[in-house]
Amino acid sequence: MNIHEYQAKQLLAKFGVPVSKGIACKTTDEVGKAFTDLGVPLGVVKVQIHAGGRGKAGGVKLVRSADEARKVAESLLGKAIVTHQTGPEGRVVKTLYVEAGSDIDREMYLAIVMDRAAQAPVIIAAKEGGVDIEELAQHRPEAIARHRVHPVKGVQGFQLRALCKHLGLAGEQAKAGGKLISGLVQAFMALDCSLAEVNPLIVTKQGEVKALDAKMSFDDNALFRHKDVQELRDVNEEDPKEVEAKKFDLNYIALTGNIACLVNGAGLAMATMDVIQLKGGMPANFLDVGGGATKTQVTNAFKILLSDKNVKGILVNIFGGIMKCDTIAEGVIAAAKEVKLGIPLVVRLEGTNVELGRKLLQESGLNIQAASSLDDAAEKIVRAIKA
Amino acid sequence: MTVLVDGNTKILCQGFTGEAGMFHSKNSLAYGTKLVAGVTPGKGGQTLEGVPVYDTVREAKQQSGATVSMIYVPAAFTADAICEAVDAEMDLVVVITEGIPVADMAFVKDFMKGTKTRLIGPNCPGIITPVTDKSGCKIGIMPAYIHRPGKVGIVSRSGTLTYEAVFQVTNNGMGQSTCIGIGGDPIKGLDFIDCLKLFQDDKDTEGIIMIGEIGGTAEEEACEFLKQHMKKPVVGFIAGATAPPGKRMGHAGAIISGGKGTAKDKKSAMQRAGVHVCDTPSILGATMKKVLGK
Repeated sequence: MNIHEYQAKQLLAKFGVPVSKGIACKTTDEVGKAFTDLGVPLGVVKVQIHAGGRGKAGGVKLVRSADEARKVAESLLGKAIVTHQTGPEGRVVKTLYVEAGSDIDREMYLAIVMDRAAQAPVIIAAKEGGVDIEELAQHRPEAIARHRVHPVKGVQGFQLRALCKHLGLAGEQAKAGGKLISGLVQAFMALDCSLAEVNPLIVTKQGEVKALDAKMSFDDNALFRHKDVQELRDVNEEDPKEVEAKKFDLNYIALTGNIACLVNGAGLAMATMDVIQLKGGMPANFLDVGGGATKTQVTNAFKILLSDKNVKGILVNIFGGIMKCDTIAEGVIAAAKEVKLGIPLVVRLEGTNVELGRKLLQESGLNIQAASSLDDAAEKIVRAIKA
Repeated sequence: MTVLVDGNTKILCQGFTGEAGMFHSKNSLAYGTKLVAGVTPGKGGQTLEGVPVYDTVREAKQQSGATVSMIYVPAAFTADAICEAVDAEMDLVVVITEGIPVADMAFVKDFMKGTKTRLIGPNCPGIITPVTDKSGCKIGIMPAYIHRPGKVGIVSRSGTLTYEAVFQVTNNGMGQSTCIGIGGDPIKGLDFIDCLKLFQDDKDTEGIIMIGEIGGTAEEEACEFLKQHMKKPVVGFIAGATAPPGKRMGHAGAIISGGKGTAKDKKSAMQRAGVHVCDTPSILGATMKKVLGK
């Protein structure tokens, strides 16, 4: 799960990470008032969307009066911002963050990620800020310092000293930098983050070290123990079909093709998408109904698949395993009847009672094609939507 | 010999009296698996399905002689359960539970350092060694009836895709030595490379099917081992060629990030290592049959 910059800064401030004063706003008037309330000569108005590249896309503006702040707000609120991470349709701005401007001396990069190779959190730091860290890693890997954090004991003193030295922080700034990094690590570990990124981390002309931007992502598996973090979820930032799917314990991800698929198991679901493409079609989604798909789940999954207007056909691929194929067939038939399915449906079933399952599909009177293998199913659905 | 477990292996189940634990334990027992003890804190002293229940793993191990634990404990308590099994010096711990926080697994891996216990999972179908057409050692949630004893070792990150491979091997007149589902989480126990080494050293395994997916670099690292040391034929598939970057495809570990972990990279690593790479999982069984000349 991702959260907005202003939410991340509020969380980080609690762990002693210095951030600028700021106020989150939903309306033009609130933005004007926020500027006045901050009482600073220079303010920054930043769009709050779950995507990077906001600055380049015109989503970050400097303002010097309440009037100017209001004008900027009017030009941003309710409009779509398109960045390299939003896709061509962009993301509609619903929240603006008004922050006290900073007198930037220099910018750096700081992040913590849960690293699968290290099997622990890893701190990543670079003296250059505002950069694309992946590009930097590729072209000048020596510019990046990496430190493995002990999964229980956290960051150690020598690591903080080495990181500050790498970032070019000395004296009082090193003290402040060490405290900031330590606070970021504590937040990361206490809140079960998968990513906490400060890009840029800055030194101001007054010598303060602080987080100018902040991005946090959380481990979905650990949200059960962080009710406060759960409340920060903004469903406006998620695909409505994905939000709907989560309600029924379905794992759905929208894609851009026109063949919907419903599969049990994540690996088989990915493989089904791959084979659809191999046979000349394009998958409309990833959908894993889990190990024990129930009739209600299948029905709701069908409804979600059909809410995608691009969908021209559906492929169901179930390796029954412990579940019985006749039960699954009954679920598919009931679902197809309930949603009054009007597009081609190809079903590939394998597992216990497979013959009975296929017979039920054939005798259902519905326009369902049975397939004998994944390849066969993909060929049939690709042909059917072209017909 | 087979890999890690055989028909004589005695196992215990943590989370035995829970819904999932009981359901799958019954299936293991029906397949003839030597499930000799159950563990549920606070429920010791009863006997269910002919299996005695204990409060602690240590007690269960001492009384029953089990060497392997299978875990169906709910995700919030799984890390604790694994540590208990490690502390009781079990040889192997198989964790079926999915949805365990990554930080918990980082802690578990740290806790396990210097111990002798091996871990499979979490978030995996488990491990199975078929002994006859109808029985064997089944530690996990896989459908037993698709397995036959044989000479093909299978290692996979995905559950249902493993069943797909098993079923095809069986339908092509071959069988399996041992099948290991290593699971879809980013921090886990045995990885491809560990399982490939075991299959390499197992005289009953003649060919290996390896099923990977997008995310991480475990497949690439395994391919380095294959290139240097593997003397047996390997048939491979990688799921997720059409997956978009930055999207988590069901499994917590199945995500392309920072340009790393793409299916294309993994497939070419496999090809360089001499693996017979399949473009579709539908031909895994037939390819293995051809490669083994059967």
